[in-house]
Amino acid sequence: MTPLLKIEHLTHFFGGLRAVYDFNFEIPEGSIYGLIGPNGSGKTTIFNLITGIYDPTEGAINFQGENIKGMKSFRIVHKGIARTFQNLRIFGNLSAIDNIRIARHYTTTSSLFASILRLPSFKSEERAVKREALELLDLMHLSNRAMETAKNLPYGELRRLEIARALATKPKLILLDEPAAGMNPKEVDDLMRLISRIRDEFKVTVFLIEHHMQVIMGICEWIKVIDFGETIAEGLPDKVKNDPRVLEAYLGKRGT
Amino acid sequence: MGSIFSLQQILNGLQLGSIYALIALGYTLVYGIVRLINFAHGDFFMIGAYAAYGSFYMFNALVAGRSGTLAFLVLLAAMIGGASIAYLTNKFAYKPLRYKPKLSSLITAIGVSMFIEYFFSALPAIGPSYRSFPDILVRKEIRLGNAVISNLVIIDLAVAAILMVGLTLLVRKTTLGKAMRAVSQDKDAARLMGIDIEKVISFTFMVGGAFAGAAGLLAGMTYPRIFPYMGILPGLKAFIAAVLGGIGNIPGAMLGAYIMGIAETFASAYNSLIGEGIAFAILILVLLIRPRGLLAEKIADKI
Amino acid sequence: MNVRKLPRFLIAVVLFYIVVEVLYRTEILNGYLLHIINLSLIYVILATSLNLINGITGQFSLGHMGFAGVGAYVSGSLTTLILKLSVTNPASMLPFLLSIIAGGVVAAFVGFLIGFPSLRLKGDYLAIVTLGFGEIIRTIFNNIDAVGGPRGLLGIPKFSNFTVILVAAFLTVVIIRNLIESSHGRAMLSIRENELAAELVCVNTTRYKVMASTFGAFFAGIAGGLLAHLIQLAHPTQFGFIKSVEVLIMIYAGGVGSLTGSILAAFGLTFLSEGLRLGIRALADATGLPIGGEWRMVVYALLLIFIMLFRNEGLMGMRESRIIKNVEVD
Repeated sequence: MTPLLKIEHLTHFFGGLRAVYDFNFEIPEGSIYGLIGPNGSGKTTIFNLITGIYDPTEGAINFQGENIKGMKSFRIVHKGIARTFQNLRIFGNLSAIDNIRIARHYTTTSSLFASILRLPSFKSEERAVKREALELLDLMHLSNRAMETAKNLPYGELRRLEIARALATKPKLILLDEPAAGMNPKEVDDLMRLISRIRDEFKVTVFLIEHHMQVIMGICEWIKVIDFGETIAEGLPDKVKNDPRVLEAYLGKRGT
Repeated sequence: MGSIFSLQQILNGLQLGSIYALIALGYTLVYGIVRLINFAHGDFFMIGAYAAYGSFYMFNALVAGRSGTLAFLVLLAAMIGGASIAYLTNKFAYKPLRYKPKLSSLITAIGVSMFIEYFFSALPAIGPSYRSFPDILVRKEIRLGNAVISNLVIIDLAVAAILMVGLTLLVRKTTLGKAMRAVSQDKDAARLMGIDIEKVISFTFMVGGAFAGAAGLLAGMTYPRIFPYMGILPGLKAFIAAVLGGIGNIPGAMLGAYIMGIAETFASAYNSLIGEGIAFAILILVLLIRPRGLLAEKIADKI
Repeated sequence: MNVRKLPRFLIAVVLFYIVVEVLYRTEILNGYLLHIINLSLIYVILATSLNLINGITGQFSLGHMGFAGVGAYVSGSLTTLILKLSVTNPASMLPFLLSIIAGGVVAAFVGFLIGFPSLRLKGDYLAIVTLGFGEIIRTIFNNIDAVGGPRGLLGIPKFSNFTVILVAAFLTVVIIRNLIESSHGRAMLSIRENELAAELVCVNTTRYKVMASTFGAFFAGIAGGLLAHLIQLAHPTQFGFIKSVEVLIMIYAGGVGSLTGSILAAFGLTFLSEGLRLGIRALADATGLPIGGEWRMVVYALLLIFIMLFRNEGLMGMRESRIIKNVEVD
């Protein structure tokens, strides 16, 4: 079976700086895969390359058998890859529900004309969008926050709102960039359950970056470890956890 | 009438370019250090011209006959005038907004620019109308083939050259110059290294203002009339020159300014409409083809 | 009948129309004040349409009056030079309205063209480029002899009246509001909020930036045409940089992102401007001092600086009055 996402020989340079080197990865449909590595090892760059924020220097990115390398970001999202950001990128001055509604944008078909005249077709579509947005908020336990201006929400809720927004684009693959960052242990537990639910109920494949070992070891089925843009280990969580190269990358060489 | 590419035109272009260069350096220095397009910078140029104008009549009687000393004093007054207004503008309008969204500073800069222009033309002592600029030095002309070279050309080029060499030395060799470069690289790191960044920013504004002031004097002498709105167009064109050279880059600003001066002189000789529009055409071309300018380094944005 | 479902904005505008007409007919409101109201309404069109670009989509235009100039010159040339319409002929009204729309369409096309090179630019660079475009447009008017060159296009018939201008302002606000409250408008808002995130929830940011620029320019063109047929003149200096800044001050005074704010500020500042003009003249006459009209612009400049330093959110912030908003679809 062809994997959902297949990355081959992905390499990226910033000027003379090598950020990612010969990165290869296959993610089968329906899985939860993790990417770990020390700070500055190139994890977020890989997400940026997949989502078209950067144009890779070399390599191929195939999604459902189609090469998406060099596509504009919004087209890649259209193909079915959504993501969240390490430093939240919420539409802060808009309500929580509008954050979600915007993500339903590409599926709406009302023309400018119909929208400006507020024709019945436009109104029924708006109703549908609103209902779906409320359902997503409900799933994330945010329904009581729907009309709240997003920037006033607490941090943990913003993280969930961002995941809800990504889901609203109806992705097949979701990239989560440190979803547990800044969460307390209770929130981390909820998040882990949530990620599993997303995979099971929405049939979304999950690829996540995380520093939180509890999350990585608890839900990831396969883990890739990178340092200085290069793969240093990969495998099942238990194997990776005890790999000497991984320990070295995180803790430094013994004696130094 | 000769070809539009005559020696005369090249000299005129270099002369105009020298004035643009002095203004453009201020834009580039300030942009390099606080990432702000200082819209009011063209008005510092205007203030310099008026400071020169006023000081000429003040010192004329004092140093009667010694035109060299007089010219030096007037230059000093123009530079002090430009530096003072730059200092005040930064202190009262830009500093309070330093850590607010960049657009707020930009809009404030537009407000400051309008304020300076209209305030000066509203003041009865200055007024909105043109004034003719006095001859500070006796005009002399040398014929060279078909071209007529006035001593003003040489003075404009020389003053600009001396100031630019001075600036380069300041930035490269002095502690203050090092601090300026540090702040332009990374404000937070500079602060951690014990640099008083507000002082450095203030100093940068003053250097830029002083240069614009000097340009005001040169422009007054070369195109002998001044008025409160005289800074708008040269300011814009010098800014475009700075963008052309790669904003934030000192040699870039000089290069861009001389290209702009020559291009504008040639274009105007060809057709006045094209002459008026060439600067903006250059701007649009640069932003489309090479938005970082001719001499800019490549920087990776961090997301 | 459900009061909440009434078209509040329509009712408010009809009431405004009736009050102004009654006051004018009974000569409580003189022709001068009606003229200021007309000007205010034209500024409502300019301010709300600039707000679509700067406030809603988060771009930055400093050349808005350039588009108004395109509208003024195109419609003015059509009515004055080509069709030679006369105000006394009632059959001229329709061709006049079509000329105004033509002016808007040409301005929109220019806005569309300018939208593209501006795409990659942000904030300050965008400001300079739009300023440059505005100046190029002005320079072109200044150099076309057929439309009067630096003297301007004179003798434009006075077709614009209170009714026409009010209807135009009403339609502008309604169209922009309905746009904002649709999926298209939310896409524009998301660009303002965070362009990268917008792109990553599938918003074609290129398309919507160009769309905002095109729409904004269209309405500015309409406003320019109405203005030219109100003051019977199209002159290059009316459409320069400083005039664009005046509209900019309106949207910042009212609150960037709030149509309500733009409408209030358009009225407030147009009246303030006239008040200052009269006040300064009266002061100069009374004291015999040489107090020039430039002081008006000094006040404007200080107002802009003051707003930026001390009241960044303007009058309304991003809030919208309930009168302006549509009834939410539920």
